[in-house]
Amino acid sequence: MITAILVMIFLAVLLGLVLGYSAIKFKVDGDPMVARIDAILPQTQCGQCGYPGCKPYATAIAKGEADINQCPPGGDTGARALAELMGVEFKPLNEDHGIQKPKSVALIDEATCIGCTLCIQACPVDAILGAAKQMHTIIISECTGCELCLPPCPVDCISMEPVVENSESWKWKYPIYNIQKTQKA
Amino acid sequence: MQLKNIFKFNGGVHPNENKKISTRLPITKLPIPKKIVLPLRQHVGHVAKLKVKPGDHVLKGQMIAEADGNVSASIHAPTSGKVLKISEEIIPHPSGLADFCVTIKPDFKDTWIEKKPIPWKKLDSAQLIRALLQSGIVGLGGAVFPTHMKFKINQNQAINTLVINAAECEPFITCDDMFMRERADEIIQGTLISQTLLLAKECVIGIEDNKVEAYEALKKAAQGTSIQIKVVPTLYPSGDAKRLIYLLMGLEVPKEKRSIDLGIQVFNVATVAAIYRYLELGEPSISRVITITGTVKTPRNYEVLFGTPLSELISDAGGSSNKTKKFIMGGPMMGFDLPSIHVPVTKAMNCVIESSPELFPAPKPVMPCIRCARCADACPVSLQPQELYWFSKSSQLEKAKDYNLFDCIECGCCTYVCPSNIPLVQFYRYAKSEIISQDKAKEAADTARERNEFRLTRIEREKKERAERHAQKALGAQEQKANDEKKSTIAAAMERVKQTQQENIKN
Repeated sequence: MITAILVMIFLAVLLGLVLGYSAIKFKVDGDPMVARIDAILPQTQCGQCGYPGCKPYATAIAKGEADINQCPPGGDTGARALAELMGVEFKPLNEDHGIQKPKSVALIDEATCIGCTLCIQACPVDAILGAAKQMHTIIISECTGCELCLPPCPVDCISMEPVVENSESWKWKYPIYNIQKTQKA
Repeated sequence: MQLKNIFKFNGGVHPNENKKISTRLPITKLPIPKKIVLPLRQHVGHVAKLKVKPGDHVLKGQMIAEADGNVSASIHAPTSGKVLKISEEIIPHPSGLADFCVTIKPDFKDTWIEKKPIPWKKLDSAQLIRALLQSGIVGLGGAVFPTHMKFKINQNQAINTLVINAAECEPFITCDDMFMRERADEIIQGTLISQTLLLAKECVIGIEDNKVEAYEALKKAAQGTSIQIKVVPTLYPSGDAKRLIYLLMGLEVPKEKRSIDLGIQVFNVATVAAIYRYLELGEPSISRVITITGTVKTPRNYEVLFGTPLSELISDAGGSSNKTKKFIMGGPMMGFDLPSIHVPVTKAMNCVIESSPELFPAPKPVMPCIRCARCADACPVSLQPQELYWFSKSSQLEKAKDYNLFDCIECGCCTYVCPSNIPLVQFYRYAKSEIISQDKAKEAADTARERNEFRLTRIEREKKERAERHAQKALGAQEQKANDEKKSTIAAAMERVKQTQQENIKN
């Protein structure tokens, strides 16, 4: 009887120590759910979801404050991935937040640009190069196509150019083929 | 010809060879065309950097675009003439899209730039790789991988065996066959040079048993050397580098490893000949042998300058004999339909087949997969094509990847044997390019996230710095104010003292 109690106490203490140690040693900083949601979001940083960026939106989803279908660049595919991660029912994209557009990048008409730096301040990923009273230009490889630089421009010299397929970015398409016609009985 | 010590790989198919129709006539040199269109992307890797501008006069063999970085290849003018324009032209690519090309108008004088043979025996490995980077030589078997990269020897693994790929297993294609029959000496010379450069202990040439004349020619040229010539059975796809290594040596290259990790390097016959021509004669890569076959009037092999419009080649081969105007680049197993006959000949173009409904009947209606697993029996890489098909078809890309989709060499054996006529390889190609593009998008998203986070920290930092500055300023102002107060108190006190003193004097 006493042996059994001692064994149980010993086990309890041992396991408690192990758990206590792992709680300190393997502590995860930050909410891992936010990071996992953030990994699905397209990182356009456009703010169309109503939050000031992808991470704040991810945090809001994790807290249950935001819905999974508020991200237009992610589209239905993104919403589906989020639904799977969160274990909730899939919802099509909420069009109040915008519609999914083909991937575009900003283009500055350099002849019209007056060098006011307003777009540089608006760009969430520092993809605009320029200085006061100097012509600005977009670093195409870094542009996420968020369109945040469009409204501040006082001379409307920025336009969105859809990214066209070239022989390097070209993809094989889903195969289309004929199937046998059914014969009437 | 004897089949000795051969290790048979799994699967493979033996379609109708159709090679004899294009080997009746010797290799012919096509006259200089009226215009030359050279795409800047003719190889695997980075696009070459342009070195000429419209209006420039270029000489034959002059470099017109330089390799950009290590994984890239240079491009040379195939004949002398004037650079007309740099523009986007349709290139021979399955996409049918346009890409940047240099158009040269030949002056028909064909003046060579000064040829500078490379003293390769005196160069060390790094110098040699730099020299070959200038040569424009890429793998001429069709993979167009920059050849200089293949001379980079792994520190831990010396090269034991140099394998020369002379298998040419795809039906219809005979450019390597004819090349071996007519220029076996060049191949053997190039092989010996490559073997010396790689410090390879032995060298094996692997050739299929349907190329008797080529075998004899090689054997004659290789007399007195240590080069072995091994005959492998005619079975598609024995010309795939890893399949050929297995056939010759019984060694399987593990997943995600390259043959170089096993101490084996593989070159195509035409590639080693190009290495010989560059190092010994100083001639960069400006032409290749190409098979034109199918329903053209006189199927044969041509030596063609890169950039020659395909239409000139077709008309020289007697023109097409049917009205379909459908041309396949590469073989019938792995090739693709050309978007137009006005595309230029490129380094990758080893064969062009004029197709006709009799030669290649329209695909039969596709029926459901009956799980017969004939594709698995035919797969030379021992994959499970039926599983890959289900996952690719339903876009379960992660699953397809787990089933080793990226080990698929797209040889087409599975499609060839499928009794339900399912275009299996098309599904794998779709799944592969979808995965690649998703990975790229993910990478771009990660960069965007990083840049956004950096920007936010920067803004935060700037805000803090500004606040500190303000605080300091405010502190300074307060001190000033305190000082001023003190001063005025002192001044007031002094004033009072003065007044008292004056009053005292008055009194």
